[in-house]
Amino acid sequence: MTLILFFEQLLNGIQFGTMLFLMSAGLTLIFGVMGLINLAHGSFYMIGAFSAALIAALTESFWLALLASLAGAAIAGVLIEIIIIRRLYRRDHLDQVLATFALILLLSEGVRWCFGAFPLHLNIPNVLNGTVSIFDNIIYSKYRLFIIFMGFLIALGLYILITKTRLGIRIRAGQNDRQIISALGVDISKLYTIVFAIGASLAGLAGAMIGAIQSVEVGMGEPILILAFVVIVIGGIGSIKGALVGSILVGVTDTIGRIFLPELLKVFMETSNATSVGSSIGSMLIYILMALILIIKPSGLFGKS
Amino acid sequence: MRKFTTTLGALLVMATSSTFANGHKVKVGMITTLSGGGSGLGIDVRDGFMLAVKGNKNISVITKDDQRKPDIAVQLADKMIQSDKVDVLTGIIWSNLAMAVVPATVNQGKFYLSPNAGPSKLAGKGCNKNYFNVAWQNDNLHEAAGGYANSAGFKNSFILAPNYPAGKDALTGYKRFFKGKLAGEIYTKLGQKDYAAEIAQIRASGADSVFFFLPGGMGIGFMKQFSQSGIKLPVVGPAFSFDQGILKAVGDAALGVKNTSQWSKDIDNAANKKFVSDFKSEYGRLPSLYASQGYDTGKLLISAMSKANIKDMDKFRDALRKADFSSTRGKFSFDTNHHPIQDIYVREVIKEGKTLTNKIVSVGLKDHSNAYVSDCKM
Repeated sequence: MTLILFFEQLLNGIQFGTMLFLMSAGLTLIFGVMGLINLAHGSFYMIGAFSAALIAALTESFWLALLASLAGAAIAGVLIEIIIIRRLYRRDHLDQVLATFALILLLSEGVRWCFGAFPLHLNIPNVLNGTVSIFDNIIYSKYRLFIIFMGFLIALGLYILITKTRLGIRIRAGQNDRQIISALGVDISKLYTIVFAIGASLAGLAGAMIGAIQSVEVGMGEPILILAFVVIVIGGIGSIKGALVGSILVGVTDTIGRIFLPELLKVFMETSNATSVGSSIGSMLIYILMALILIIKPSGLFGKS
Repeated sequence: MRKFTTTLGALLVMATSSTFANGHKVKVGMITTLSGGGSGLGIDVRDGFMLAVKGNKNISVITKDDQRKPDIAVQLADKMIQSDKVDVLTGIIWSNLAMAVVPATVNQGKFYLSPNAGPSKLAGKGCNKNYFNVAWQNDNLHEAAGGYANSAGFKNSFILAPNYPAGKDALTGYKRFFKGKLAGEIYTKLGQKDYAAEIAQIRASGADSVFFFLPGGMGIGFMKQFSQSGIKLPVVGPAFSFDQGILKAVGDAALGVKNTSQWSKDIDNAANKKFVSDFKSEYGRLPSLYASQGYDTGKLLISAMSKANIKDMDKFRDALRKADFSSTRGKFSFDTNHHPIQDIYVREVIKEGKTLTNKIVSVGLKDHSNAYVSDCKM
């Protein structure tokens, strides 16, 4: 157990966290502004990855594929918002959960119709293949550094969007009081469509970036969705700052926990028992973290009580 | 007149079908994973099975999707046994689902033919006279991988597998045959796709080789990330991460990797040649080992039906035990705990034109059975 290894794992945790941030930022934005629980958010992650894989296969360009993931997920988001989601804002949360759950099934089955059940190929660009050394002795994947960089770039972009632009003012106003903002003459349904599309495209981008190092397949969004919900509950529902802090916290806890807990248990247990028990507890850690935070701050780290 | 022609048609079908002698019907319930992650495996098993029983009018199949969830698999099994009145259950891919479904099924007096999952518990103390595994005992391919690692001269392996019954069987199987030391041992989360943390551990461990068992989509992520990490260690694993359905998504990262399998599309026998070409023309893709297992399961069932009526369970069981069918794997028989005795091959990932596929390099373990035979009291 060296310090170098620890830092490498810390970077891995942060990388996982930035990816979770892309998912949870959209989720929390949509909940904060429209009051909508969107279970189908993971489907945009999948749509983004499939759009990227399709364009990458046609053009062999990773960068065009990333643009395609943003565009594909945003277009799907706009269509779904206008056709279905719009009708759900006034309904209670149970109706929203049921309808968006149905959307997951429809979208997954639709994608399977178009692309089949077998995973698609999407690879990282050659420029980002391989490793770089940081401070001379930490060898780290270029592509993962790129993911961290993109994550923080988007966090910065969202910060500027929300605090410095007219659209941001409307979004914040929408979070505070929906009736007043529409009474002031803001086209609320257009605002909702835009917010929904932003959320969907962030999820789509995450899907494409992660799809390139994992696999592009039907149902890839659901495991991430659960984690994204954990993140927004920890961070405080509706808070983008909370989503950022929550994502990094969850990412680091999960990575560090699942690697170092078995190592720790080996001190007083037999090796194969320690690995098995350690990884079982390791996978529970983020939920334990969530429970602890909710005991201390019931509305999350940055939530409005 | 119309009634007459249909009767005539039915007679003709019966006359051409091999089961004419007994002519009894068998209702099969197939519970397998058809949606979500890992659905490629279930679809291949189903397609292989359906190809084997195609045109056989005495077999009717009800197929249901378990979504890789044990609770759903249990509900489906209950419904199939109680309201659909099936005679035989089959189809389950994942060992944790098999552990939830199989014991209850066989205790209710139904046959279960496993086309994939072969957890050690069901091969040893928990074996049952109505449970047959047509694929392998879970440890088998990993044992062959351990054997291969010895012959390749590996001395210090890093091993990893998901934290579920088949994952534990995998590492046990590898360790049973591998004579070297272990540089590290990790259980990952089932369904995990990102292995940055594990790869960092491998890099730091000083291992000379890596053994991994990560079936379905899990292995795609691992292979891609491993090759991007710049670690140049040799990799060995069971065929599950290098089967036909997955290779396309892994890409060239898999090229040259040695993997162990009881089946390969280039096994030279008539049954296998027919299977590969029939599968290609029926579904328009190359079969995987899962498809071959589904196909053999179907052929085994047909062979037993030609010998006995399923209503006479003892006779039908004896007929199954004989395994009197031409397997795509060539020589195939059941040991006393109803698990296969078969050759396990070492394969290498190669490129045929633009398609990635496997070719056999050597026979890893000959006429291999499993370690749990003596624990099984039937």
